[in-house]
Amino acid sequence: MIQFILRRLLQVIPVFLGTTLLVYFMVFALPGDPIRALFGDRPPSEAVIAQLRQQYNLDEPFWVQYGLFLKNLFTFNLGVDFTGKPIADTLARVFPVTAMLAIEALIIQGVFGIAFGLVAGLRKGGIFDSTVLVLSLVVIAIPTFVLGFALQLLVGVQLGWAKPTVGSNVTWGSLILPAVVLGMVSFAYVLRLTRASVIENMNADYVRTATAKGLSRRKVVTTHVLRNSLIPVITYLGASLGGLMGGAIVTEAIFNVPGVGQKLYQAILRSEGPTVVAIVSVLVLVFVLANLLVDLLYAWLDPRIRYEN
Amino acid sequence: MTDFITLDPAVAPAPGRSEPVLEVRDLSVDFGVDKKWVPAAIGLNYEVRAGEVLAIVGESGSGKSASSMALLGLLPSNSRVTGSVRLAGKELLGTDEANIRAVRGKEVAVIFQEPMTALNPVYTVGAQIVETVRLHSEVSPDEARLRALRMLELVELPDPEKAFRSYPHQLSGGQRQRAMIAQSLSCDPKLLIADEPTTALDVTVQAEILDLMRNLRNKLDSAIVLITHDMGVVADLADRIAVMRRGVIVETGTAAEIFHNPQHAYTKALLAAVPHLGQGGADSAAEVDVTAALAAATHAELTSIPEEQLLRRERENAAALAAAAAAKPQGEPVLELTDVAIEYPKQGRVPAFRAVEGANLVIYPGQVVGLVGESGSGKTTIGRAAVGLLPVAAGTMKVVGQDISAAKRNGRQLHEMRRHVGMVFQDPSSSLNPRLPIGESIGEPMFLAGVAKGAELQQRIEALLDQVELPRNYRNRYPHELSGGQKQRVGIARALSLKPKLMVADEPTSALDVSVQAKVLDLFQNLQKELGFACLFVTHDLAVVDVLADRICVMQRGRIVEQGTRDQILRNPQEPYTQRLLAAVPLPDPEKQRERRELRAQLLAAGPS
Repeated sequence: MIQFILRRLLQVIPVFLGTTLLVYFMVFALPGDPIRALFGDRPPSEAVIAQLRQQYNLDEPFWVQYGLFLKNLFTFNLGVDFTGKPIADTLARVFPVTAMLAIEALIIQGVFGIAFGLVAGLRKGGIFDSTVLVLSLVVIAIPTFVLGFALQLLVGVQLGWAKPTVGSNVTWGSLILPAVVLGMVSFAYVLRLTRASVIENMNADYVRTATAKGLSRRKVVTTHVLRNSLIPVITYLGASLGGLMGGAIVTEAIFNVPGVGQKLYQAILRSEGPTVVAIVSVLVLVFVLANLLVDLLYAWLDPRIRYEN
Repeated sequence: MTDFITLDPAVAPAPGRSEPVLEVRDLSVDFGVDKKWVPAAIGLNYEVRAGEVLAIVGESGSGKSASSMALLGLLPSNSRVTGSVRLAGKELLGTDEANIRAVRGKEVAVIFQEPMTALNPVYTVGAQIVETVRLHSEVSPDEARLRALRMLELVELPDPEKAFRSYPHQLSGGQRQRAMIAQSLSCDPKLLIADEPTTALDVTVQAEILDLMRNLRNKLDSAIVLITHDMGVVADLADRIAVMRRGVIVETGTAAEIFHNPQHAYTKALLAAVPHLGQGGADSAAEVDVTAALAAATHAELTSIPEEQLLRRERENAAALAAAAAAKPQGEPVLELTDVAIEYPKQGRVPAFRAVEGANLVIYPGQVVGLVGESGSGKTTIGRAAVGLLPVAAGTMKVVGQDISAAKRNGRQLHEMRRHVGMVFQDPSSSLNPRLPIGESIGEPMFLAGVAKGAELQQRIEALLDQVELPRNYRNRYPHELSGGQKQRVGIARALSLKPKLMVADEPTSALDVSVQAKVLDLFQNLQKELGFACLFVTHDLAVVDVLADRICVMQRGRIVEQGTRDQILRNPQEPYTQRLLAAVPLPDPEKQRERRELRAQLLAAGPS
């Protein structure tokens, strides 16, 4: 088992190098000059520009820039952004916010998705099942920004149940609405996946055995069906965590959440290579670790899966 | 329904015998399909007493399983059950859910067919038995654990502690079925319903499980309802038999009555269709007395056969073997394996697995060689390698004169070779493309090989359909519109379409009912005679090989342990494994099966496996 975990952690290295290189290259290839863009309509003297370019190594060729970035990374020095703030500080500020948002969304989609899916699966063909199936399809079909603005207007502005925007003072409560929007699409998928899995498992032979033992339907469902049905759902949930972290750009923009998505968006607009790459690197790490966690959970849920050979 | 026979509520209880544990009266089961009730069982009447085994026998779709699951309300919700089911005088049908739940597992327990899927894969065997025990009796977890361990010991698992801690997938098929039986017996049920308990198991394992069930019946005095399609299993275990067909019990009687004096035409047909080891093919030599042959080969002394009778039977057997002067095969071999080893290639981190080692095998033109073995013996591997689906790791393999040992995967040479080799697969449903009409499935090999096209192709397809005795207008049907036997006929027609010199048949009849199997085997045999192709017939069923094969190869753990003509193998088996395998095949005849059982017990006592 430990060997398996180590092997998976080692896999992080090539993934990390590959993604950072790719992102760095894309930022490098962006048109426009980031330094000139900083000053807007009143360009400074050429000397100042040259000095800034040198300070940020922007006059070096691509490979040198990337090499310097890596070198700094391994000395745990992420450098400063164009406004002179240390990038590490920025990450420490924005990541907790997005992590809160993602975890809340994950809980919402997990708890409600599994619960609704279970009930729909057990009452296959019933009114609840049909309704939920249609609604989940609607949710999947609506783009996040439409759903986001609609809920913001309805729940936040007209009904006044929640603050329409989050702002700088982030609390768990203020993130509920954005978390609902963020988790909505995955919720629909989790629901459908759970439903299908429950239906399949309800027809399994061991469920008939459990019934033949004299277990009540409730017991059959909770101890026998549920655990088997969760196996594929857990895989999906883990994979979606990475998506939640990285995919929060739209949601964070709508609800004005000062998180990773917002920061990343700004950094891309300013062609701030180091900031973009730093954020993406952390996202890659989160994604890889989340998947490792899923694999371990998977083995815990299903004893047939063992990772040593 | 011309053969609808209403039987009077079975035979009256013999004086001095106990009251029946289970009484079934007018039991009918219907399934709602497309808003119509389709009957699965009609007006069944039977009863079972303590310590008695009632076998309900029938082919698929006879309603034997559905009617038995109905006893405990285990049918899906689209079913309707009417009639009366009384357990020790207490009515079970129509009572409320809580009532029936108290009976399930406690008074009536069920053993299911496939223990791999019937046990929950995510819990240990121990946890599942403990769950049952604690459900029906107020005991502490420790007491329940002890009880579970005692049950695992009772079913003769070698290491009960270890089995308790194991997950189902960590046990072998036989061990799993023992664990399943332990779970069923954990609350001392009055009635045990065994639904095809040995169908998924190898013959030697099946024989062990049947032994176990017989011992348990004697020890526990439960009533047993045994549901099976296998007449050999019935002969081994049953006291009384009910034969079902199309939802109706057509005949009931004691085991002796049914086997020796069947009344109903269907019972007779069913018994006749059972391939019977030693009986041979349609025109082959005299029946082989396998029991006597085994007794002679192992110098066993049996109490169930008088000595002079045994000696006479042994002598007759030896004489027949001597008389069967093996006709020398002629021509150039169609398939020739010399010291062949076959590996499943390494996949990622999974290392290569050597499934067959040191195999020597020759098939001459027109010869049928049966390759027999239990699961994991490597028999299918040889079949697949012979058509180039698996690479040869060592040795040489010649197919139709070409050495394919070094042939490149999907290379030209294999492509050429496959024109001369046809293959019939085990599961006809999954080996035919469901989106192709069967005519196209049959014609595809000819079209791809460029042998025929257009009108000529259509003619060839029609001729092939004629050969496998399917109506020509079936050409445009899809596989799901055909029955299992018909699909396998299509599989045979497709394999024949290029007029192969060699046919590789991998368990072509094991998914079929006995009466269908008998017809398909008959067809296969006729085609083989008519077209004269050589055949490698892979199967786990010795009785099937006996019907078809000229030569028999017995495989165990990747090696061919014994080979010879049919007569040599059946009349004079030399290897202990072959002897055990032959002894494990149950005979569809209660008396002969008793002899066979005693012999098997002696074989096992004499030599450890």
